[in-house]
Amino acid sequence: MRIGTLKESYTADAALFDSRTQHAWLAVAAALLLLFPFMASDYWLYMACLVAINVASSTGLNILTGYTGLVSLGQAAFMGLGAYTVAIVQARWGTPLLLNLLAGGVVAMLGGIVVGIPSLRVKGLYLAIVTIAASFIAHFLFANFGFTGGTAGLSMQPARIFGIDLDTSFRLYWLIVPVMVLMLLGAANLFRTRIGRAFIAIRDRDISAEVLGIPLLKYKLLSFGLSSFYAGVAGGLWAYFFRVVTPESFPLSMSIFFLAAIIVGGMGSILGGILGAVFMTLVPELLKLVFDWLPGGSELTVFLSPVRLIVFGALIIGFLVFEPLGLAEMWRRTRRFFHLWPFRN
Amino acid sequence: MMDWAFLFEISLTGIASGGLYALAALAFVMVYKATRVVNIAIGEMLMAGAYLFFTFAAMWALPLWAAIAAAVLASGLLGAVIERTMIRPLLGEPEISVFMVTVGLGSVLVGLVELLWGADQRRLPDFMPSQPIMVGDAFLAPKVFWGAVVAAVFIAAVLLLFRYWRGGVALRATASDQGAAYSVGINVPRVFSLAWVASAMLAAVSGIIVGSIGGISSSMGVFGLSVLVVVIVGGLDSVLGALVAGLLIGLVEALAGAYLGGEYKLLATFVVLVAILMVRPYGLFGTHEIERL
Repeated sequence: MRIGTLKESYTADAALFDSRTQHAWLAVAAALLLLFPFMASDYWLYMACLVAINVASSTGLNILTGYTGLVSLGQAAFMGLGAYTVAIVQARWGTPLLLNLLAGGVVAMLGGIVVGIPSLRVKGLYLAIVTIAASFIAHFLFANFGFTGGTAGLSMQPARIFGIDLDTSFRLYWLIVPVMVLMLLGAANLFRTRIGRAFIAIRDRDISAEVLGIPLLKYKLLSFGLSSFYAGVAGGLWAYFFRVVTPESFPLSMSIFFLAAIIVGGMGSILGGILGAVFMTLVPELLKLVFDWLPGGSELTVFLSPVRLIVFGALIIGFLVFEPLGLAEMWRRTRRFFHLWPFRN
Repeated sequence: MMDWAFLFEISLTGIASGGLYALAALAFVMVYKATRVVNIAIGEMLMAGAYLFFTFAAMWALPLWAAIAAAVLASGLLGAVIERTMIRPLLGEPEISVFMVTVGLGSVLVGLVELLWGADQRRLPDFMPSQPIMVGDAFLAPKVFWGAVVAAVFIAAVLLLFRYWRGGVALRATASDQGAAYSVGINVPRVFSLAWVASAMLAAVSGIIVGSIGGISSSMGVFGLSVLVVVIVGGLDSVLGALVAGLLIGLVEALAGAYLGGEYKLLATFVVLVAILMVRPYGLFGTHEIERL
């Protein structure tokens, strides 16, 4: 049983990871991330890259929706902005990879700030609908602008870094996962700073926050900008991963997927964003494995996509009804159980 | 050179299809007014009603009137089940949670429809007169015209019920002040159920009309997106707003479709939406909520 953590200074109290146990577990997780590509098959490496991209984007949405309380259904459109930027910059100027990713993030960030401008006047679900509108307008622009390649989209050369083509999941893993880890650390640290605290204050009651001296417009736009920056970088990674970007790649259902991921994982929690994205990405794959394993085989596969839709919806409903704080809360409860063992609570 | 006859014809079609938006928007506003739930699955509920009608009319070969009645009743039942199992447990939760529940509901309904009826497009049995309608020199597709007429009849009926029927009065009372409604002896939870049942039934009616105009498929829920634009433009809690915005959006869509091309339809409505929200953040007729600390 663990009684508590003794803290002797403010820095210790504000530290990102405060206990030895946590450090140990983080080391284990890091080791697993490093070893994973050498043990896993191609299929699981592919899934790992996809999961990492989704984790990065969900974390961005979590900054906006989970921490600042602004509901957005435009995350996929911002990813699209990032992906298109990366694809275009790469094809036109052949600039280095990391610069492209940064450019994707910045362009998406500018888009996010523009979409965020109504957020001072337009609130709650009205705002959610504005973000839907923005994503449809973005889709239209992708499909009809000359340099985005129209409905056929753009295809890309594999990313190159230090003279190595990143053309397999194994190689891309070493790009995508470190970028994701960096973004996660950035987000976790954000909420130890003045900016992050301001976001939380705005979520809890925006008028009170303004009375306390937080300029609402500035911080709401900042939140939109940061969240879309994350989406843009994730979109850039997405572009390098799939190497073809079309207007149909970033539908509204993808935005709904990210919102669902942070709800299932737990809003307003970095761990929640991670767990939710991992869970929601893997569930459809697990369903596929179950369908493969079922007797009857091929004639059942027509039912796979409807069953996925039903499970997706049922997960959202189930979590909201039975576990509104999401997977992160389940995780905390389990941890508490072991901390307090052999006592019940 | 502007062709006025063409413009007139297009506007007429637009307003007629706007009538359908108004009907579906009314179903949405009813739920929002009574329970403060933004039901994003409204398009999917429309679809469910249309598919139920398809089952009764085409697969079980019931007579037309019986099939319509059965589909509307079954949809009402569906509404009741949704309210009791998904909406009631979330009373008092933040509105985004309830909103997301309806997102999940939409996904479940689409999945169920694909599972039970397949993803292919189907045709509903024809039951509307097929004589072309001429207004002056302008031609109006008969299905669109009769659809608009049915929608108008139902809208009028609902407005009358709202005004004079006991249940309608209870619904309005709950919408304006829940606590006060409780204290004069209105069973507020029952009003919630009532609102969902009535809304599901209305959605079924408009689903049957929409389906018989354009056929039914599992992607029919897209219609709900336009309905969502309509209610946001009109103001979430305003019946008048739903009607006016329904006609307006129908008109905008028809004009954009005719003069700019089909792919501009959604774009035009969303641009209208953003423009109106920038000027009036609570829609044209929505209540401006006063925030207190």
